[in-house]
Amino acid sequence: MALEHVDHNQEHGGSAKIDALNLPELYQCVHCGLCLNQCPTYRALRLEPESPRGRIHLVRAAAEGRVELNERFKEHLYLCLLCRACETACPSGVQYGRIAETAREKLGPPGSRLARAVLNFVFTRVLPYPRRLRTVALLLRWYQHSGLQRLILPLLPKKLRQMDSMLPRVPDRFFEPGRKVFPAIGQRRAKVAMLNGCVMPLLFGEVNAATVRVLQSNGCDVVFPKNQICCGALNIHNGEQDAAKEMAKQNIDAFLAAGVDTVIVNSAGCGATMKEYGYLLRDDPAYAERAAIFSSLVKDAGEFLADIGLVAPLGRVEMTVTYQDPCHLAHGQRVRSQPRKLLNAIAGVKLLEMEGSDRCCGSAGIYNITHPDMSQHLLKEKMQSIAANGAPAVVAPNPGCMLQLRYGSERYGPALKVYHLMDLLDRAYASADASDLK
Amino acid sequence: MSRNALINELRAIVGEHYVLIEKEDVIVYEQDGSIFQVMPEIVVLPANVEQVSAVIKAAKRANVPIVPRGSGTGLAGGAVPAEGGIVLSLARLDRILKIDLPNRIAIVEPGVINQDVTKAVAEDGFFYAPDPSSQAACSIGGNVANNSGGPHTLAYGVTTNHVLGLEVVLDDGQIIWLGGEVPDTPGYDLCGIFVGSEGTVGIVTKIVVRLMKTRESVRTLLAVFDQMDHATQTVVDITGAGIIPAALEMMDRTTIEAVERGAPVGLPRDAEAVLIVEVEGVREQTEKAVEVARGICQRNGAREARVARDESERQLLWKGRKGAFGAMGALAPNYYVQDGVVPRSQLPEIMRRIAEISKQYNLRIANVFHAGDGNLHPNILFDMRTPGELDRVVEAGAATLRACIELGGSITGEHGIGIEKKAYIGLLFNEADLEAMSRVRKVFDPDGRFNPAKLFPTPVSCGEVRRQPANIPAGLWL
Repeated sequence: MALEHVDHNQEHGGSAKIDALNLPELYQCVHCGLCLNQCPTYRALRLEPESPRGRIHLVRAAAEGRVELNERFKEHLYLCLLCRACETACPSGVQYGRIAETAREKLGPPGSRLARAVLNFVFTRVLPYPRRLRTVALLLRWYQHSGLQRLILPLLPKKLRQMDSMLPRVPDRFFEPGRKVFPAIGQRRAKVAMLNGCVMPLLFGEVNAATVRVLQSNGCDVVFPKNQICCGALNIHNGEQDAAKEMAKQNIDAFLAAGVDTVIVNSAGCGATMKEYGYLLRDDPAYAERAAIFSSLVKDAGEFLADIGLVAPLGRVEMTVTYQDPCHLAHGQRVRSQPRKLLNAIAGVKLLEMEGSDRCCGSAGIYNITHPDMSQHLLKEKMQSIAANGAPAVVAPNPGCMLQLRYGSERYGPALKVYHLMDLLDRAYASADASDLK
Repeated sequence: MSRNALINELRAIVGEHYVLIEKEDVIVYEQDGSIFQVMPEIVVLPANVEQVSAVIKAAKRANVPIVPRGSGTGLAGGAVPAEGGIVLSLARLDRILKIDLPNRIAIVEPGVINQDVTKAVAEDGFFYAPDPSSQAACSIGGNVANNSGGPHTLAYGVTTNHVLGLEVVLDDGQIIWLGGEVPDTPGYDLCGIFVGSEGTVGIVTKIVVRLMKTRESVRTLLAVFDQMDHATQTVVDITGAGIIPAALEMMDRTTIEAVERGAPVGLPRDAEAVLIVEVEGVREQTEKAVEVARGICQRNGAREARVARDESERQLLWKGRKGAFGAMGALAPNYYVQDGVVPRSQLPEIMRRIAEISKQYNLRIANVFHAGDGNLHPNILFDMRTPGELDRVVEAGAATLRACIELGGSITGEHGIGIEKKAYIGLLFNEADLEAMSRVRKVFDPDGRFNPAKLFPTPVSCGEVRRQPANIPAGLWL
C-alpha cells in the first residue's frame, strides 16, 4: 500500500509509564461500549475520544507509557462533564469517576495559564473559607443591586456579557443557622447534622431553611456543626485533590464531633463527594477509618426522608412538575426512586416524566464556564425535552442544576419555575398547617 | 499520494474536526469489544453519503485500506484495522430518515443505535426485532455488517431477515441501491451479500428495515437450577414439547457472579444455572405456554421457576442477561468469547465438554448463551498481563470450537468472523467454498482494501499480511 505512514503501533514505550494512573478500575473495563450512547459528549460529537470508553483507554495508555499527557489528552479528559452516566450504564461496575478524577489530579486544572491561576486561587483561597465566600457574595449582590451592573454591562465585550448573564442573582438574605439546635416537631426520630455548603446558604438560603423545617416536621433534631466547610467537590473535579483532602478532614472532624445519626446533604454534588471521602482518604493512615465511618453516615435529604418515611400531615400543593435527576444523585449516588416517591406523596402534585431526565443539563460544577459551547448545547436539548413534556415547573435537587435550568428557561424557554425537592415538601407541610388553622 | 495530501483531501471533504490523526485521538479506535488491538493511521467521520463516497474515492486514489466502524461494540475484531489505514466511522450518519408504519418499514442511517429504532416506534406498537445484547449501544450498520442476532433470534430470525434494502457506496465511490422498500426484488439478492459481509464489499449508508407489531402479551419465566445438566435437559425438553419461545437464554454460575458483582439484578448467586424463557403472542396462548414451560422446568428439578410479575421485573432480568458480557470485567480484566453453535440436543454434552476444557486449561469459563438455538457463548476469563496466558486462552477457545464441530455444530452464530475466527473458517468451508466466496468479494473489492485481513483465512488479493501487530495472538493468524 502506497501510503507512507507513521506507524503508531511501533511507538510502544515512547513515553514514561505513569504508575499513579495505573488504577485497578482500568482493568475492570472490558471496552464493551455500552457506555457510549449514555455519554452526553459522545452523543453530541460522536467522537470516541469524547466517550467514557475512549477516555478510560487514554488513561490506560498513559499509565502504560503509550501516550503523553499533552494538551490534546487534557482536552479529552476535561470535556467530560463527570456526570457519571457511564457508571449507571456499565455492566462491570467500572467507577469511571475515580479514573477521571485521578487523571485530572495528574493533569492539574484546565484552561489557559491565567484561567488556571484564577481557578487555583478560587479553589485554595476562597472556597475553603466561608467568610471569604460570603464577602464575594456580598460584593456580587452590591454589583447587581446598586445599578453598577446595568451601568457597565453595555461596555463589556460580548464574552464577558454572556458570562455576566450566567451570574446567579444573589438574594437579599443568606442562610446563617449559627450553633442552635433546630428541635424535632412531634416524636423525635433522629438527630441529624446538615451541611450548609458553600453556595447553598448564599444563593439558595431559602432551600436550606426549607430543608431544616421539613426535617423538623419529620421528627429530626437538626444541627449545623461549627467549622464545617465546602465539601471540596469542585476541587476534586478540577484536579486539586490536595486542597480537597484538607477540606474533607475538616468536615470529618466537624461532623463526627457532633455525635449525630446521619449527615444530611441537600446538594447532590456535595452528597456524592462526601459519600466518597472514604475513598479520597483511603491512603491516609490518620483519617482512612474515620473517613469511611463519616461517609457511611452521609445521606441525601430526599434519600433520607424517603427511607424513614414522611410523617403526616402533608397538605395539598396543586402543581404539575417534571423531575430532573441531578447526575450526582442518579448516577453518583444511585438515588432515583426516592425523590419521585416523595413527590408522589404530596397530594395535588402531578409528576410528568421527561425524556432523558437523567441526562446532564450541562451545568456540571464550573463546566458551564469552562466549556460554554458544549454546556449550552446540552442545556438547549434539556429545555427542548422539558418543553415537549409540558410541565410548567421542574424539580432538581441540586444548586448547579437549578441555576442552569433557570438560565435555560430565560435564554431558550419555556417559561419555567425551578424548585428544589425540599421547597415542595416544605410547601406541603406549610399548607397542612394552614388548613389546621382554618 | 502522500500521507499529507490524503489528510488534506479528507479534511476538505469532512472538515478538520472530523479527520483524526493525533495519537491521542486515533489510539481510542485501536479496539472494539474484542481482545484485538491495531491502531489506525487516520480516523474519518463523514456526515452523509456524499462525503462517504468522496472519502472512498480519495482512499482508492491513495490505495489505502478502509475499515468501517459503527459503535465499536463487536466481539470478533471486525472494526479493528488489521492492516492500519483509514477507519471510517459511520457514527455521524445517525438519522432515522423515514418511518412508514402502514408498510411496516423504517429507513435509517448506519450510525443509528439499534435500540433507538424500537424507541422511535414503540408508542405506535411496533419494534425492530434483532436485539443483540449490546443493543443500547450498537449501530444498525454494525448489525448489518455482522448479520447480528440476539436473544429473540429464536423467534424472529437474524438481521438479514429484517433488512429489505440498502444504499451502498461501492469501491469506486458510486452510490447504488440494493433491494428496496418492498420484500421481493427480482434478480440476484445483492442485499444478502452485503448483510454479514463485515465491511469487505462496500460501505452501507442507508438501511430499509422491517418493523414488527408488538405482541399482545409477553410472559417471562426465570428458572433456577442446582445442576447444569438439569438446565440443559430442560432446554431440550421445552423445544421438544413444541413450544417455540421468543427467547430461551441460559446463564451459568460464573456469569451470575459477574452480573451480581458488576451491576446486580438479584439473581441467585448459589445457583449452577438459570434459564430465562420468554413467550409472546396472544394472551391465552402465552399463559398456557408459560405454564407448560414451568412444568417442564419443575420436572427437570428446577428449585424455583417464577414468572416475572410486571414489566419492570422483566426488564431487570433482561438487564442482567444483556449486561452479562460487559460484566465479565467484574471478574477478570479480559475475556475471550466464543460463538459456537451445536444442535440443541447436544447442549448437555457440550456443556460437559466445556467444563472439562476449563479444567484442562486451568481457565475460568463463564457461559451465557442463546440456549434455544444452541448458540453458545463461552467467555474465557483471563488477564492479558500474565505472560503466556493468552496463548492458553486461544488454545482453549479452539478446543471449544472443535468440540462444537464434533457435535455437528458450527463456529459462529452471530458475532461474525472478524479477525478472531479467520483461523477457524477453514473448519467449516472447504477450499472450493472459500474460493467462490472470495471471487464474490473480488467483484466488489478488486483492490482488497475494504476491511482487509478479515473474514477469509488468507488475504484474498492484497498480498500478504504485512505485520503481526503485538496484540493479536499469534495463533489466530494463518
